Formats: sequence, structure tokens, C-alpha cells
Amino acid sequence: MSGSAILLQFLNGLAGASSLFLLAAGLSLIFGVTRIVNFAHGSLYMLGMYLAVWLSESVGFWPSALTAALAVAALGAAIEMSLLRRLYPVPELLQLLATFALVLIARDFALWAWGPEDLLGPRAPGLEDAVEIAGGRFPEYDLFLIVVGPLVLAALHLLLTRTRWGILVRAATQDRDMAGALGVNQKWLFTEVFALGALLAGLGGALSVPREPANLTIDLSVLSDAFVVVVVGGLGSIPGAFLAALLIAEVKAFAIGLGFSKATLVVEFIVMAAVLVLRPWGLLGREAAPLRGPAALEPPLALPSRNVLRALLALAAALALVPLLSRGYALVLLSDVLVFALFAVSLHFITGPGGMLSFGHAAYFGLGAYGAGLLLLRAGAPMEAALVLAPLAAGIGALAFGWFCVRLSGVYLAMLTLAFAQIVWSVAFQWDAFTGGSNGLIGVWPSAWLASRTAYYYLTLGACLAGIAILWRVLYSPFGYALRASRDSPLRAGAIGIDVRAQQWAAFTLAGLAAGIAGALYAFSKGSISPETLSVPRSVDALVMVLLGGIQTLTGPAWGAALFTWLQDSASREFDYWRAVLGAVILALVLALPGGVGGLLGGRSTR
Amino acid sequence: MLEIRRLRAGYGRATVLFDLDLVLNAGEVTVLLGRNGAGKSTTLKSVMGLVQPTSGEIVFEGKRIDSLAPYRIARLGLGYVPEERRIFTDLTVDQNLEVGRRPPRPDVPEWTADRVFSLFPHLAAARSRAAARLSGGEQKMLAISRTLMGNPSVLLLDEPSEGLAPLIVEHMARTIIELKRTGLAVLLCEQNLRFARRVADRAYVIETGQVRYGGTLAGLEADSTLRGGYLSI
Repeated sequence: MSGSAILLQFLNGLAGASSLFLLAAGLSLIFGVTRIVNFAHGSLYMLGMYLAVWLSESVGFWPSALTAALAVAALGAAIEMSLLRRLYPVPELLQLLATFALVLIARDFALWAWGPEDLLGPRAPGLEDAVEIAGGRFPEYDLFLIVVGPLVLAALHLLLTRTRWGILVRAATQDRDMAGALGVNQKWLFTEVFALGALLAGLGGALSVPREPANLTIDLSVLSDAFVVVVVGGLGSIPGAFLAALLIAEVKAFAIGLGFSKATLVVEFIVMAAVLVLRPWGLLGREAAPLRGPAALEPPLALPSRNVLRALLALAAALALVPLLSRGYALVLLSDVLVFALFAVSLHFITGPGGMLSFGHAAYFGLGAYGAGLLLLRAGAPMEAALVLAPLAAGIGALAFGWFCVRLSGVYLAMLTLAFAQIVWSVAFQWDAFTGGSNGLIGVWPSAWLASRTAYYYLTLGACLAGIAILWRVLYSPFGYALRASRDSPLRAGAIGIDVRAQQWAAFTLAGLAAGIAGALYAFSKGSISPETLSVPRSVDALVMVLLGGIQTLTGPAWGAALFTWLQDSASREFDYWRAVLGAVILALVLALPGGVGGLLGGRSTR
Repeated sequence: MLEIRRLRAGYGRATVLFDLDLVLNAGEVTVLLGRNGAGKSTTLKSVMGLVQPTSGEIVFEGKRIDSLAPYRIARLGLGYVPEERRIFTDLTVDQNLEVGRRPPRPDVPEWTADRVFSLFPHLAAARSRAAARLSGGEQKMLAISRTLMGNPSVLLLDEPSEGLAPLIVEHMARTIIELKRTGLAVLLCEQNLRFARRVADRAYVIETGQVRYGGTLAGLEADSTLRGGYLSI
């Protein structure tokens, strides 16, 4: 690369950093005060983009960008007042889930309003040209963006240090209850902060319109970028977000400039990993203070009674008899239920008793599925070998990613798992030659002796029930007790000689392995694999299953998987906008049944 | 002016206070004595709405406040200073005071930063310093100052003398007496009987969430079983 090319690439990175900073700063502010990780933040960005493109047709780009940002801010305030206010008392996982439901609804709304095609925006009037810099041409608009980032940083800094409102926000960020006891009305403060964060997201989206077209998948891709920025910069630190946005955007720009455009996410991951190893709380972050108030008292997971065990055995026997009654679609649906039950139970294993929030569990499901497909198609392995070896791929993935994840906790950990999953997804999505890219892999069929619906059903039944039984059994082993002790009090667990990180790492790996089994079974039952298999929505599906069933129950997640699979199956056949319907159902469930269906139905006997 | 009737409160499934009754009169300093875990702090937190009572009533100036949000209780004129200080360490001394500032109340002389600094001259020199860099005693003073900025008519003080050097304890005692002189009613928790004797008009002894004694300090000291059994001083 020549000197001038390096300079241009550097400027390009600076321009990219601005949108990223606006997004991440909003996410950080909202989290700081409300303690809610707003999954819908990427959706607000996406809506800002669509609104700006749409409005620019009638009023021109600059007014449309401003209007779009303000409209998104108003939407943010409305969301906070109508939904989030009800969610502050519920556990943090449910809040995340509710904001994810908003992602589903927003995406279907954009699909309905603006269609599936990418929407190309106008150029910015007055800044359409390019200027000559060091012998190369650089767009004027990108120069404008380079200025926006530092301007917003300065404005936020003044707002937070020089105004009474900013001081109250910072006080509430540090100790909301104390601020309340001093007469600060948190209700309005939360709404205002959420509106400000939404404004920044909407503005970031609107301002990126001249650089890239509005599209439906940008919500999750910018969200995972923002997560990476926030994790690298340090949660709650605005200057940290700025620094990290610069770092990540520059790394991306240079990766593209050097011809690694397909590897940008991998490079991003390496940067993030390096930062987290050196500074686990991010560049400018501080160690998360332990939460105030009485420790979360989870009812201990008691051994299931004899009657429950008998009922479960009877259920297994009944499942084995199903093929005698029906060999039709019911078997297919039931196979799916079994696969997802194992997937959900493996997620529950780390999230419930393990206490590690994962928003990227589909990565291991997908690694299992892709592992099976690739072993079969690319390595020419027999199907049986592929099925047995594929989960190991997932286990190895979980071993590698888990090493980083167990160094963090709480929402940091959740963000990291999501970022890892997004990376695995992007590799599968972008590496056309090996993984088939967006088309995925086809022709992943089982061997002849397993090809019949009934035979494959028995294979699925046997493997999934065995997997679930093993995971449940492990929860009541000394390892399982040590894992729960590590969740309830890492300090005390450490003090009695438990290596907390080792327990969590082992649990993470085991759960990844189990998810891989589910993924491999899934691949052979469908005959094809697409990148959706390991996308973020798939991870969230698993979380919904776990929460539907009740996170502090033993068998709940399996019931949740059954209910969810059936719901999704019927909704996707009945409604065009089934994602929005699903989102609405999730919202309704979170608001109505924070304890989960399992907590409601079988809670007493299985706890 | 503040009355607690048959208050029951606790954390989760653990009840700490069992039918506690207590009265704080206007312009009076009342002390809650008792061992660790007796329920002193929980009493103050319940008044402030930071702990939800399960039953009973808390009445302030004739108005029930037991189901109000903490910020509303604060705006009625109750000021709370927690035992752990809970100052905003990211903010400067001045900014901490700003968080506590509320509009003046007709019946209470208004607190300003300058008036607070005349009470605690130590803080005046540290106005623009980050609160994290104050000493423990200074942080305690800041916590009290911050609450005073809300112009309260009742001050709830949780263990004001705890962990302070003897000289600062003496300063704290004089400050409380001075605050009382301005018409402020004070309800404080203490384990230090000598400190309590120095500042308080009346005392309650709390044991396992119930009142064992309520009356003058002289009466308490005359009762040797109480002194030996509950205070072990």
C-alpha cells in the first residue's frame, strides 16, 4: 500500500467510526442508567435509515435525516413508557428478550412498509463531490462524517458534565436507588435517556444513508458491531465507545483496503480478543460493581421426585410408540421438537444453573450442523462418522470461545457470546467456496438404513433423550453443584477451592458439544443447511424456549422447546409476518408470565 | 411528625421487622439502638421507601407514605443518609451536592452549597475534587451535605459515627446538635452509646425487629438488664 492509499484508508475508517460511535454511545448511555441492554438498538438505527430514505423523497436529505432522528427518538420514548417501564422489576434476561421481540417486530414492520429490496438513499446535497487528498479522491460527505463523531462526543461530554440533567444521569448510572432517595424521579430520567439513546441511533442510521443502502439485515449486523465497540471500549464509558469505534472502524477499513474484505469480522474478533485479554473490562471501562441489594436468591434445583422420574420415563416410552400411530408430518415436527429440546436444555445448562447468559448459542448448533455437512460433502466421510464427529467441531468452537467468555460475566458475557456467534455466522455466510455462502449446503442426507422417517425419528429420539438425560444428570453431580455454587457466589466458591472459571469453561464446552449434537441431527433431518441455522435469531429462539419453560426449573426448557417449535411451525404457516407475531407473543409472555410456562405448570414438582 | 405503626418489612422471604412502633417528634433527635442485624437500618430504609413494608403504616405529617416511591418521600421532606455513604464517586463534591439539591420549602430555611460548607469546612477545600478521592470521614460529611441540599425537615441518619476517627466523631456530634437547633428532626441509628447519649433526646432499643425499650436515655441507662442484654456496653 502506498502512503496516500494508507491515508485514504485511514480517513475512510474515521468516517465509518462516526456512525458506529453514535450507535454505541446510545447503547452505553441507555445501559448505564436503565441497566437494560437494548437489543432493539440496531433496529432503531435501521428505522432511522429507512425513514431518512423515505422522507428524503419529499423533503430532501438534510431535513429528512433530522426528522428521521427525531422520529426515532419519539419512538424510543414511546417504547420506554409503554413497555420498558413495566420491565424494570423483571429479571434482566427477560428484559433482553423483550427488546429482542422488538427487533422481530421492527424488521417485519420495515418489510411491510418498504419491501424486501435494499433501498438506495440520495446523496447529501452540497456534499456530492469528492475532494483531492494526497493524489486520491475522497468523498466530501465522508469528510463531514469524520467531523460529526468528535462533535457528538464533545456535545455529550458537555451535556453530561455541565448540565444538571447530565449530572443526574451520571448519578443514576452509578446508584439509581440513592438518586431516587435524594428526590430524583427516575421514571422520567429513564425515558429521557432512552429517547436520547434512540436519537443517537436514529441519527447514526440516517447519516449512513448516503454511504450504504437501507436493508433489512442491518439491524443485527450493526448491533453486533455496537456490542463489540461497547465491550472493547468499556460498558458505560462514552469516551471509551469513541476510542473503540475508531479502533474497530480503522481495523475494518484496513482489512478491506488490504483485500481481506471477507475477513473483516474475523479481524474484528482478533482485535476484540486481544483487548479483552489485556483489559477484561474494555479500554476505558471499570470492573462491573456487584449488584446492590440482596443477592438473587434462586430456589435450589431439587432432585426430581420419583413420580416425576416415572412420568418422564413414561413420556419417553410414549414417544417411542408414536411411529406406530403416525408416520406423517407429526414425526417430522416431533423430530424438530426433540432436536430443539436438546438445544434448549444445553442452553439452559449454562444459563440457568451455570449463570452464564448466552446470546450466541446457535453458533454451536450451527457448528454441529455445518460440521456434519462439511464432513459429508467436503471430506467424503460416511454419514455415521460425520454425525459422531460433527459435535466435536461444536465442542472445539465452544472450548475456544468459552475461554474468552468465562473471563466476563453478566451482560458483558452475553454481548461477547453474541459477537462470537455473529462471527461464526459471517464466516459461514461469506465463505462461498467452502460453506456455500448464503445458499448453504444441500444434499446432506443420512445413510440408506437411516433414511426412512421412522428410522431417523428413532435415531433422533435416542440421541436427544440421551443427551438431555446426561445434561440433567450432570447437574446433580459434584461438578453440577460446584457450577451452581460458582453462579451463586463466585467469591465464596473460590474461597472453598472451586476453580470458578474452570467449572464455567467446562460447562460452556459441554453445552456447546450438546448443541452440536442437536445441530448435526437437525442437518441430516433437513438434508440442507443454511446460514440461518447459526444466526442470532436462532440463538434467541433457544433463549425463548428456555424462558418459556422457566429458567429455574429442570424440565421447563424441554417443554418450552416443544411449545415454541409448535408455535413457530403454526405461525409461519398461518401468517406472512410471523416474526412480528412471534415478537408480540414473546412480549405478551414476558409481561404476563415472568416465571415461564414451566414455572406455572410443573414448577412445584420439578423444582 | 413521623409515626411508624405495626411495621413489618424485610428482604424477599426474610422478615426483619416485626410489628415495630416508633414515633419521632418535631425538632427532636431520636436514636435507634441495637446490635448488628436488629433491624435499625431496615427501619430507616422502610421509611424512605427503599424497602417495601409488607404491612403496617408509616405516617409523615398526617399523610401515609408507606406505598410511595422513594423520590416522592424525599420530596415531602425526608432526607436519608445511608450507612455506606453511597456518594457518587464519579462526580465532584459540587456535583454530588447538585444531585441532592431540591427547590426550597416554605417551612425550612434553604440550604445552599455555602451554608453546607460552613457546617463542614473540610469539604469547601475539595469542591471540585472527585468524590472518590475524599477520605472516609469526608465522604460521610458529603453524604450528609448532599441530603441537606434537599431541604429536609426530617433527617434519617444511619450510623453517623461508624468508622470515624474520635475527633471527627466529636465534630459529627456537634453538627447533629447544630442541625437540631435549626429545627430539623433527626432519627439516627447508632451502636455507639456514648455518641447517642451526647446527641439524642430519646432512644429506642430494637432487638430482632421489635422495640424493647422506648423512652429517655436516662431511663435506658437506669435499666441494667437492657444495657447488659441488648447493648452489651
